[in-house]
Amino acid sequence: MLNCSDTPDSKREATELFLFSRVPVFLKTFGKFCRAKELVYTWGAEGLPSVGRRKHLNFICFRSLIVIMLKSKTFVKKTRSGGVMKVVREHYLRDDIWCGSEVCTECKQESTVLQKDACMESSLCSYPHYLVPDTNVVLHQIDILEDPVICNVIILQTVLQEVRHRSAPVYKRLKDIIHEKEKHFYTFTNEHHRDTFIEREPGESANDRNDRAIRVAVKWYSQHLKTFESDTDGLKVVLLTNDQGNKQKAQDNGLLVYKCEEYVKSLIANPELVDRLALSSDDKSEITSSKVLFPEHFPLSRIQTGIKSGSFLQGTFRASRDNYLEATVFVQGEGEDSTEVLIQGLQNLNRAVHQDVVAVQLLPRSEWVAPSSVVLQDEEEGNVSFMEEDLRTAAAEAARKPTGKVVGVIKRNWRPFCGMLNVSQIKESTRHLFTPADRRIPRIRIETRQASTLAGQRIMVAIDGWPKDSRYPNGHFVRSLGGAGEKETEEEVLLLEHDVPHQAFSQAVLSFLPKMPWAITPEDMMKREDLRPLTVCSVDPPGCTDIDDALHCRELENGNLEVGVHIADVSHFIRPGNALDKEAANRGTTVYLCGKRIDMVPELLSSNLCSLRSNVDRLAFSCIWEINHKAEILKTRFTKSVINSKASLTYAEAQMRIDDTNKNDDITKSLRGLNKLAKILKRQRIEKGALTLSSLEVRFHMDSETHDPIDLQTKELMETNSMVEEFMLLANISVAQKIYDEFPECALLRKHPAPPPSNYDILIKAAKSKEVEVHTDSAKALADSLDAAKVDGFPYFNTLLRILATRCMMQAVYFCSGMDSDFHHYGLASPIYTHFTSPIRRYADIIVHRLLAVAIGADTTYPDLMDKHKQSALCNNLNYRHKMSQYAQRASVAFHTQLFFKSRGILNEEGFILFVRKNAIIVLIPKFGLEGTVFFDSKDKVSPNIVFEEEGPTLSVEQHKFHIFDKVKVTISLDDSNIQHQKIRMALIEPVIPGVSVPAPDTETPAKKQKLDR
Amino acid sequence: MAGLELLSDQGYRLDGRKATELRKLQARMGVFTQADGSAYLEQGNTKALAVVYGPHEMRGSRSRTLHDRAVINCQYSMATFSTAERKRRPHGDRKSTEMSLHLKQTFEAAVMTQLYPRSQIDIYVKILQSDGGNYSVCVNAATLAVIDAGIPMRDYVCACTVGFVDETPLADLCYAEESGGVSSLALALLPRGGQIALLQMDARLHQDHLETLIEAAMTACKGVSKVLDEVVRQHLQEASVLTGE
Repeated sequence: MLNCSDTPDSKREATELFLFSRVPVFLKTFGKFCRAKELVYTWGAEGLPSVGRRKHLNFICFRSLIVIMLKSKTFVKKTRSGGVMKVVREHYLRDDIWCGSEVCTECKQESTVLQKDACMESSLCSYPHYLVPDTNVVLHQIDILEDPVICNVIILQTVLQEVRHRSAPVYKRLKDIIHEKEKHFYTFTNEHHRDTFIEREPGESANDRNDRAIRVAVKWYSQHLKTFESDTDGLKVVLLTNDQGNKQKAQDNGLLVYKCEEYVKSLIANPELVDRLALSSDDKSEITSSKVLFPEHFPLSRIQTGIKSGSFLQGTFRASRDNYLEATVFVQGEGEDSTEVLIQGLQNLNRAVHQDVVAVQLLPRSEWVAPSSVVLQDEEEGNVSFMEEDLRTAAAEAARKPTGKVVGVIKRNWRPFCGMLNVSQIKESTRHLFTPADRRIPRIRIETRQASTLAGQRIMVAIDGWPKDSRYPNGHFVRSLGGAGEKETEEEVLLLEHDVPHQAFSQAVLSFLPKMPWAITPEDMMKREDLRPLTVCSVDPPGCTDIDDALHCRELENGNLEVGVHIADVSHFIRPGNALDKEAANRGTTVYLCGKRIDMVPELLSSNLCSLRSNVDRLAFSCIWEINHKAEILKTRFTKSVINSKASLTYAEAQMRIDDTNKNDDITKSLRGLNKLAKILKRQRIEKGALTLSSLEVRFHMDSETHDPIDLQTKELMETNSMVEEFMLLANISVAQKIYDEFPECALLRKHPAPPPSNYDILIKAAKSKEVEVHTDSAKALADSLDAAKVDGFPYFNTLLRILATRCMMQAVYFCSGMDSDFHHYGLASPIYTHFTSPIRRYADIIVHRLLAVAIGADTTYPDLMDKHKQSALCNNLNYRHKMSQYAQRASVAFHTQLFFKSRGILNEEGFILFVRKNAIIVLIPKFGLEGTVFFDSKDKVSPNIVFEEEGPTLSVEQHKFHIFDKVKVTISLDDSNIQHQKIRMALIEPVIPGVSVPAPDTETPAKKQKLDR
Repeated sequence: MAGLELLSDQGYRLDGRKATELRKLQARMGVFTQADGSAYLEQGNTKALAVVYGPHEMRGSRSRTLHDRAVINCQYSMATFSTAERKRRPHGDRKSTEMSLHLKQTFEAAVMTQLYPRSQIDIYVKILQSDGGNYSVCVNAATLAVIDAGIPMRDYVCACTVGFVDETPLADLCYAEESGGVSSLALALLPRGGQIALLQMDARLHQDHLETLIEAAMTACKGVSKVLDEVVRQHLQEASVLTGE
């Protein structure tokens, strides 16, 4: 707070202004004041206000003089404590809201959005026209509005507000459309326009008022445009509504009005748009029979009271993957305790769809059941999917679980689903069933006339609703992704199914990119350290275009070494809170698929401005240490800098330089220094108990033209890989410490919890079977015993053991330091850790950059950065995206493996048993890094005699006993009997078990594939 | 649900104003005859009544007497019916005490207290209806009342609140905006000299934005001063007509 009452008196006198000529007369000293009633004012420079100016006395607007009318909006609101409150708000009506049309000469608008020749060829409207959709049309038919055909649309403020209240995702999509210039969408602020504002009449519902407001606005537009009719060849405004009553009233008012369906069907050039129409409620009744199949959902008010009183439970609905008649509802309890409620049977599932938030009512204890392990797929489709469990029918008393039924849906979580069309048997039928790729989603009934073209394609379908008399939900076709089994299509599907945002960046996002040509400005230079003279170089995998780290090492005069890690300064380009930042925060991470990259930030940044390419000046965030030759850190400092990388090397190139004794240039010397230090650092780290785990990563050799995989090999690691890794770890740890010291409440860190001891059971058992002991008391003990684990004549044993150990680990997660107390990173054996070194491909690093920049005074903070709850929410998203991107990556590898084996036919390979299950063994083939399951029972064959022993674990099939780590020989083939779920199938060749194993096939005869059914 | 959108993409605020526009401001001077000076002021839906007594000799404890200037005594209160939920305690609570203190400091900076040593000026302000910007409305009303009382001031004191949303300063916040999590700033200005009488802010705001925010607040205050000026002139004209001058 600032108070200037004590300004020096001399200054006061200068600006003093005596407004009053006659100061109240002082009658008696310290007695009484008497004031002359008839005041006489005299004035300074200005005269009295003129009559003309007095007209405007009551409003003020010091930008431009626009007459503004005042209305007040009154409504009644319910408060949190249950009381009723009357809210009065002002509502100003203006004259300076323009119509946004090119033809208009009356409005004084600076720029126009709506075109003069608004031509969408329609058989209903032969004249140019603007569309005005009402709220329900926007909410339900956003897919249509997004189509490039639909342009010149007026979005009324009333509609925009209502959409905002009713659906956040649709609102965001609508805003994106409005931002797109080619779409010519104009937002008309009708609620504040003097001629289009209406007040709610007594007895009128809010919805009716809004409908009327829309009609009034349309009326205003049509009259407004009529004045320019002569030079616009009859430009008109068309209202789109699906509400019969609204349509009728609009017609009575003499407006042009169509139902959305009518209008879309009338579009001449685009018949396929019709399929994207969502079914509206009155169409649904035609499709379904009148038989009521499901109980009615309770109204929301009843559900809420039910949840409050405890008679209903609220939870997330999770459909079972294997049995379409079964689901669980995950009820989040207070704190840690949460329960699962089992739901069985169509009636009880009551139209809930996977991921919906539902209310459930528990059944009486006598009706509780145990989860069945039967695999049931909806309807009589030929192939029943695999089972990994034996069939248990009798439910033991103990196995029974709380069972309930769904009584209402609180929030639908429908998204567009990928899948394929089952074309109806009847040739002319336009109604077809759609089978989603995700088995947890029910089939969806859609209406389309292009069934023959869509058959065999992967398509996307959105659910519109699920009436109680319909066996399946109704939906509509959104778009086609391409032919099933094709590479692009399958890639798209796996991105969609893993919820990876991969659309092109929107205009709003791109608008925040720096303008090209971009150069470092003198202001930037002023604030940054100039490190361009340093011999900095980057080491990355081959083909890498988003280089986010570079290194340097030089000897100082005092004999110590100076090592610098320079990280791309992404936070310089991505400012907090803008659309670009929000998009990056949402994407969370760049996703690397085989031969494809889904960027987190637009390419201009990721591959150009931020990428620390060689021989160009780039902005960087540097972490510089002074290190002695024993690799002890003497000094650490952080600075924003400008660097100029001297070389971008691949790991192999860097390795060659280090090994080539003839080379002695600066870069090579720097690399050698780094390498030497890295080795010491790594040794120190391992001594502290860091784990070296193993997982097989494969690399595909792609055909340069078709991009099909032609060979597959496991990635090999070089010394330089670990060199770069060591310094990245060091930088991350240094930064983590710094930001935590500065911001103990809101530092974004990464932790890796120690796994619970029970996780190691399988590892210990497996090692024991080869008479090797593994200690798991601490990370250090584990690392040591893994190092010591060797079996004569089995060189691969150690790698297998490390692979198993990797499976025992927990997921590392981001978290906000103010929300957690355990910071330990188990795998790296570091007390604190974060991600700082890859801001181009991870959003967490951007936040860390911002925190560090504030900590060193190089940048400013903003409220969200310091809010631990917001940051914690961000961490949740980042962890989710990270997990999904890993799944997507794995799925992509799996798909390419399939492609590879498709072209190879059947192969015989040697492998090792990695796990032993009740009815199957899981085999790892080191050559391909491929894992597969060999089943010993199947539905259509008499199963062999199988005995599973938990102690071991071993599995006896007929006479043979399988142990973990056994060497086996299998055939590998591609099972494409189910086109949506192609998978690699393995069958046993060796050891030979009659009736179970298969004869070693000729690799040349892929035709035998069908017979290989275990 | 989704919260309120304080500034639409088209640049309109909740109530249809643009970012720099003030609410409708209406005022009347000399509403009571009993008091030495009085004024009634409406800024949108915020309505306030200000009454001034004095300068008069010290009342109550004489120990507060200042020998070189007058003591300004301010009392701020809110009518029990001024907010949507009935107020339990119209004055004397922590908030009102603080507000009284702020008013006192503001007017000590503006009123030429050195003309009235060992005397006292009382300013009473009551909020009749509250819809955001209570402080600024009180200051504006009190200015008019002080002028009505014929007490010399250096200049009008004009106050206005400014909020910061989406990198844009919003002038003259209404209640819905104030409660929508906006970091807001209240500023009282002596417009002719551009001197700040009081600046108050208790929300988080980055210092880089402070400059723009103060700039916007000063522009808004100057806007207010124009209206107040016209109110005074109009009142003067009416008064002079009545007195036949």
